[in-house]
Amino acid sequence: MNVPTVYVIGLSAVLFALGVTGVLVRRNVIVIFMSIELMLNAANLAFIAFAREAGSMEGQIFVFFVIAVAAAEVAVGLALIVAIYRSRGTIDIDEISSMRG
Amino acid sequence: MTPTPDLIVFGLLAVLAIASAVMTLASRHAVYSALFLVLNFLVIAVLFLLLHAPFIALIQITVYAGAIMVLFLFVIMLLGLEKTRTMSKLRWQAPSSVLLAVILAGTLVYAVVNKQGVGRALLEPLQSGFGSPAEVGRVLFNQYLVPFEVTSVLLLVAMVGAIFLSTFKRRSSE
Repeated sequence: MNVPTVYVIGLSAVLFALGVTGVLVRRNVIVIFMSIELMLNAANLAFIAFAREAGSMEGQIFVFFVIAVAAAEVAVGLALIVAIYRSRGTIDIDEISSMRG
Repeated sequence: MTPTPDLIVFGLLAVLAIASAVMTLASRHAVYSALFLVLNFLVIAVLFLLLHAPFIALIQITVYAGAIMVLFLFVIMLLGLEKTRTMSKLRWQAPSSVLLAVILAGTLVYAVVNKQGVGRALLEPLQSGFGSPAEVGRVLFNQYLVPFEVTSVLLLVAMVGAIFLSTFKRRSSE
């Protein structure tokens, strides 16, 4: 595929903004978490597009690390969500706004 | 600019990516959100493939669409939280956050379009083997060996943390 990089970066920007919208609008912690993954993916897309334009492998290596960190983040984040649900009985972020455990 | 076949393919993929992302946010049922997110990840993987990153595209499918989304679906079904309240108690929050997100998207797109460094011409061809597993491995193990090893420690810490969090009992309840 040979399209100007500016289009791909534009798509990445729109996907990132959609992820931000999800974090702000939705109340379900799991859906908020999915929106964060959406933002990470938008950033990855920008990395890959710039790597293609520059003809350099570094961008792809960064995406590799981002995916590894995202996997770790999801494991810990979902364990936290399960722990919160056990102690509070809800995962609605309006209900779990206090810091007290 | 005349629409080349490449541009049409990209346009279709972009529409699919944005539509699946919107449906992820708009679905009331969390399982539907997760499945639309899988579709979004697959579309992004196809874009990676078309941008000469085949190895990263396959990692995207196995790790994101495979492992991470299975974990998400597992937790959704384990907790039985398919349906929860969608909107906040604060009535002004949803419209104002959509407005702010639109402003953010506009700012980002404006910044990209006006940036000099972002290419708007067609790209020149790459040497063969760009983005192949061999090439990724060569760069990864020559220039980025230390970060790679640190990543393994990070994954170990995440594993220990996840096990600790899921077996941890509060003192007061014992």
